[in-house]
Amino acid sequence: MSEVGIFGDVMTVALFSTIYACVAVFVIACIARIVMYARAPLHLRWELYPVPHEAPARVKHGGSRFEQVDWWTRPCRRGLLAEWKFMVPEMIFLKGLYEFNRRLWYRSFPFHFGLYLLIATAGLLIAGALFALMAPAALPAACARALRQISGVTGTAGLALALLGAAGLLVRRLTDPSLRMYTTRGDIANLVFFLAALGMLAAGSLLRPAAAPDAAAVLQGLLTWNTALEIPGPLAAGIFLTSILAAYIPLTHMSHFIAKYFTYHAVRWDDAPNRQGGKLERRLAEYLTYRPDWAATHVGADGRRTWAQIAADRAAPEGRE
Amino acid sequence: MKNKLKLDDLSRTDRRPLAHLEPDDLMRLPYPLADPSQGRPWTPPAEQARAKRDYILDDTCAVNVPQPKTSEEEAELVARFLSGLEKLFSRNNNWTFLQPLLLTMEHCARCQTCSDACHIFEASGRHELYRPTFRSEIVRRLYYKFVRRGGLLSAWQHGDIALNWPLVARLIELAYRCNLCRRCAQTCPIGADNGLVAHELRKLFSQEMGIAPKELHERGSVLQLKAGSSTGMSAAIVKDNIEFIDGEMREKTGMDVQTPWDVAGADVLLIHNAGEIMAWPENPGAYALILNAAGISWTLSSEIAGYDAINYGLWYDDAQFARIAVRHAEAARKLGVKKIVIGECGHAHKALAVVADRVLTGGLNIPRESSLTLLRDIVMSGRIALDPARNHFPVTLHDPCNLVRLMGVVEPQREILRKICPQFREMTPHGVDNYCCGGGSGFAIMSGGNFADWRFQVSGRKKLEQILKAFADCMSPSIPKYLCAPCSNCKGQFRDMLAYHDLWNRHRILYGGLVELIVNAMTDVKPGFIEWEWH
Repeated sequence: MSEVGIFGDVMTVALFSTIYACVAVFVIACIARIVMYARAPLHLRWELYPVPHEAPARVKHGGSRFEQVDWWTRPCRRGLLAEWKFMVPEMIFLKGLYEFNRRLWYRSFPFHFGLYLLIATAGLLIAGALFALMAPAALPAACARALRQISGVTGTAGLALALLGAAGLLVRRLTDPSLRMYTTRGDIANLVFFLAALGMLAAGSLLRPAAAPDAAAVLQGLLTWNTALEIPGPLAAGIFLTSILAAYIPLTHMSHFIAKYFTYHAVRWDDAPNRQGGKLERRLAEYLTYRPDWAATHVGADGRRTWAQIAADRAAPEGRE
Repeated sequence: MKNKLKLDDLSRTDRRPLAHLEPDDLMRLPYPLADPSQGRPWTPPAEQARAKRDYILDDTCAVNVPQPKTSEEEAELVARFLSGLEKLFSRNNNWTFLQPLLLTMEHCARCQTCSDACHIFEASGRHELYRPTFRSEIVRRLYYKFVRRGGLLSAWQHGDIALNWPLVARLIELAYRCNLCRRCAQTCPIGADNGLVAHELRKLFSQEMGIAPKELHERGSVLQLKAGSSTGMSAAIVKDNIEFIDGEMREKTGMDVQTPWDVAGADVLLIHNAGEIMAWPENPGAYALILNAAGISWTLSSEIAGYDAINYGLWYDDAQFARIAVRHAEAARKLGVKKIVIGECGHAHKALAVVADRVLTGGLNIPRESSLTLLRDIVMSGRIALDPARNHFPVTLHDPCNLVRLMGVVEPQREILRKICPQFREMTPHGVDNYCCGGGSGFAIMSGGNFADWRFQVSGRKKLEQILKAFADCMSPSIPKYLCAPCSNCKGQFRDMLAYHDLWNRHRILYGGLVELIVNAMTDVKPGFIEWEWH
């Protein structure tokens, strides 16, 4: 084996190891964040109307079941379909931003939609690679070619849109005084990171020699641990940076794709009523045994009394605060 | 000054206010308040008040912020603040709002989408101090630094802030420059809630440091638990007042009006905001007349807190909130009523029907609903005879945030108005997109120092604009106009704000509740229930 070959092999091993490590970090960090939010106690009701799972006639004006006399005797709607009908355009097209902050939408939408296209591209490439490995005969050559062509289009469009959006967001953050003041060095670095990683990925793809492995071949090599694959430097750098970026995202506020589930479904739309003897009441019973230690005298919390005891006080305990 | 304000300024050790608003800075109003030079001048704080209170945030002062005399006292207060901040993020101490608070702290993108939704920010002429994210960003930086104990990397990622007593003192005041209307949260693409941050800050100051506006705490929730009502009225006094109101109503309407008290097993326990009994007696009187005419089995309660629906704890203190909600439910349980119906009071609606739903368990979980739905059913059912011609004057409707955006009671009041008010017109925007009256979250009862100026010039300004636009086609004083506000606190704000801008005398804009319009349209009642007199 030539020296270049050995070097290439080491680099490929390093790259593949990094990708697997980053995927692991991404998955673990996402799960940790989901668990952190999911395990938080059920909060007091704090919904905001309109709530989309309400009866369609009431959703139109933002009404709730409280608009009916004796609402507790009527069936309680919890239509997931209606929630998703709201959420899908929100997730894909950033409908809320379009409605309330159009100037930012022109930058944020291409950025996010570009990322979606890149995720879709990765999905297509993984599917293609898996087919090629596990059941090559099941995927006709024409289909495999089509898959590559489609992924080529989505990947190119995704990179172009995400880069355009990231650049637009960075310029806006730096030039709009209302954003600049709230922009930390970390925020700027995050956008620069996106530009660097995706820019390098784009450059690596564009500069790749015709005979060198493309993204599909790299994925296939990754899945089969084919370290003999000689990936061109710029493409390897792009894949490396993008992997690190993917691992970094769930460690930051940019993991709002996770948060958004909770802010909408578990807070804004959580209008589930507490019924006597019901599931919610059992959960609340536990919280009412918690022993707070707020220090103000009137709270009467000394770390021994429970929330239930404090709520049952006939008056606020007196004394000098 | 407004363009130069920085987050770090909150830690400034000099005593100069961070913000000062001139009339020209404020959002322009339409006719007849279009000329800022003709506007009412802001009352400067008296020297005595200035010496006694801290005006280090802006032109006004809502809270009696402690005045530490030594650096040791300052350090102790800062330590207590930090202790409270940690408790906000602990399960035992803040299970009530931990999840939404965490989500807001961790995920706000500071895109400023919420800013355009905030009536205070807009009315102030977009002063940075009043931007919804200004307050939240300070708290977020403190959260990462002191709760998450982030080091240099965290400071680089999330930003840094110097914590000292001036910052804490200014944050105390800044927590009371938000109406908690949560219009900002409604527009947040991520679902972050900057209104909640103000709410949680208020809780920290009250529950850990014992600091809250006296109108909400000593004269509010503490008094209510002790005397039965934040008005200070005991049950005996309330009964006397209601008896007097019944008599007045009989005389005025020619109908037999009798308010039932403590009727065991009644279908409905009606709880008014007791402020109505003192300030707008025609409101509880109108309720009594309508419910009796419709044949409803109902009662009032003379139990402690059972005759006053207010729950100021909602705005600043979970312990006080829970105590009052429990007392309301106990009053209903004692009488064995089928349900609690809440009178025209927005925050009482949200407190008792929505937020307390996860406090009241077991036998205390008695069904609770809005009186507006009951009234809608009565009006639409034809049980009482109504003549819309009696309400033939321009009427517009204010949507109390707590009742509408935060509870979803939007249409019942409109169905009533469309049926009985031929000249009903909507404000723009309305319904769940409404603007706060400017008195929300307790401001309507807070007038210490010159805080009222801030309420009428800044926090109420956007609503004022809406009102003037809704009546733009009939501003002549020869046409009496009615601003319908089915909420006691909103009415308090309107009473004071319309008087402040002299809009009754100059343009005959009157405010009032919904039941007054219903009784005014009742054919069995002597005409002229609404007297078109300022009250």
